[in-house]
Amino acid sequence: MSELKDTIVGLLLKIAPEADAAEIKPNVDLRDQLDIDSMDHLNFVIAMAKQFGLEIPEKDYPRLTTLDDCVAYVQSRGT
Amino acid sequence: MSDFNMPSLGADMDEGEILAWKVKPGDSVRKGDVLLEVDTSKAAFDVEADHDGVVEEILVEPGHKVPVGTPIARIRQTGEAPAESKPVPAPEKAKAPQAPVKVAAPKSAGQAPHLRITPLARVVAKDLGVDPAKIERGSGIDGAITRADVERAAARHEEPHVVKAPPPPSGADKSKREGLRDAIAAAMSRSKREIPHYYLSQTIDLDPALNWLEKLNAGRPITERILSPVLLLKAVAHAIWEVPELNGYWIDGALNQSESVHLGVAISLHSGVIAPAIHDADDKSLEQLMAALADLVQRARHGTLKPAEMTDSTITVTNLGDRGPEAVYGVIYPPQVALVGFGAIAPRAMVIDGQLVARRSVIATLSADHRASDGHRGGLFLRAIARLLEHPESL
Repeated sequence: MSELKDTIVGLLLKIAPEADAAEIKPNVDLRDQLDIDSMDHLNFVIAMAKQFGLEIPEKDYPRLTTLDDCVAYVQSRGT
Repeated sequence: MSDFNMPSLGADMDEGEILAWKVKPGDSVRKGDVLLEVDTSKAAFDVEADHDGVVEEILVEPGHKVPVGTPIARIRQTGEAPAESKPVPAPEKAKAPQAPVKVAAPKSAGQAPHLRITPLARVVAKDLGVDPAKIERGSGIDGAITRADVERAAARHEEPHVVKAPPPPSGADKSKREGLRDAIAAAMSRSKREIPHYYLSQTIDLDPALNWLEKLNAGRPITERILSPVLLLKAVAHAIWEVPELNGYWIDGALNQSESVHLGVAISLHSGVIAPAIHDADDKSLEQLMAALADLVQRARHGTLKPAEMTDSTITVTNLGDRGPEAVYGVIYPPQVALVGFGAIAPRAMVIDGQLVARRSVIATLSADHRASDGHRGGLFLRAIARLLEHPESL
């Protein structure tokens, strides 16, 4: 679980290198707290898809809003 | 005997560099004679004598930068006795120039004796970390160094010349932030000082474009999906074909229209906003534009943009995003002549075919340089964007 979370944080830091891993709050909208735009978020979703070998449809983007969301999403997709 | 102080050559000037003295101790000067040239980092200015007199002493040599109000020479007024050898008390404090100093118009060709360089080239040189003094001879009028010369020099010396080398880790963020803040401050102040902006806005129905895009994306893997801002960029790039005078630079009192459409895309970083260019955006497919934008955003975040990308945008687009405000009326990035803004895409009440309906829409704005274009043409440009977005399949 925490390994999964760390992996996702690692992906986030590639998208938002200015962010501080220790300060990412698990239940706050990532776009708001990291101040990233829709293009960054898409880059993040692409990175998630590659990392976990998932096909993530556009309608699922809202399920990747917070760090906790992302962890739950990957788990629900059976990785 | 009176001190001649570094004059203030603009409200935002707090220091000036002495480029050259045109007089030497012992010279008689008349009111209005050019005493020296001062560089304010934006342009070189001639500074004239404010009264008749004799130059007694030069206090600050060329190449030195001093704050406004610092005594830089001593000039004995006509009729005054020559200075005796007793030391003149050091000025207690920097003070404002004792009399209004007449300043000749800024020299657009920056004719400093040691360095002929256009103001644009000077700004670009600073951005690229090129020392213009090291460029032997410019290709401009009278050998003036132009932007192209600076860019060539930067390309030649890309490796050794990267002055923007990563600062030491401690306080690096802060200095980077301050550096970018300073650059934004300088460019935006210049814009509002020099560019007579006019502003237009138009609400554009995006339902057709977004419906089309959703259908397109549904059948594509994630790496091939197109984001809505890309459609907007493409529409802007094509609308420029219809109103080309919005695409280019205002330099030395004239519009230099650009044949290429290099779209500057404003990207917000923690340290400030930057607007690197997507080159030849009008020739790119939606897929190519999407890839270019994704790449640009990522490299902007990692600080790996190329100098050319940072300096050769011909028009800028600022999109404050799907969570942004309704509309943005931007400040033109000089020497460009237009900036297009998009606010948040949101459902709005629109009247379509006489019916009041809720449609997803965006407010597109144009900030344009009234020296280069007029509101009528600017309006045509916004209408062209709206029309192009009604038929997204043709983009």
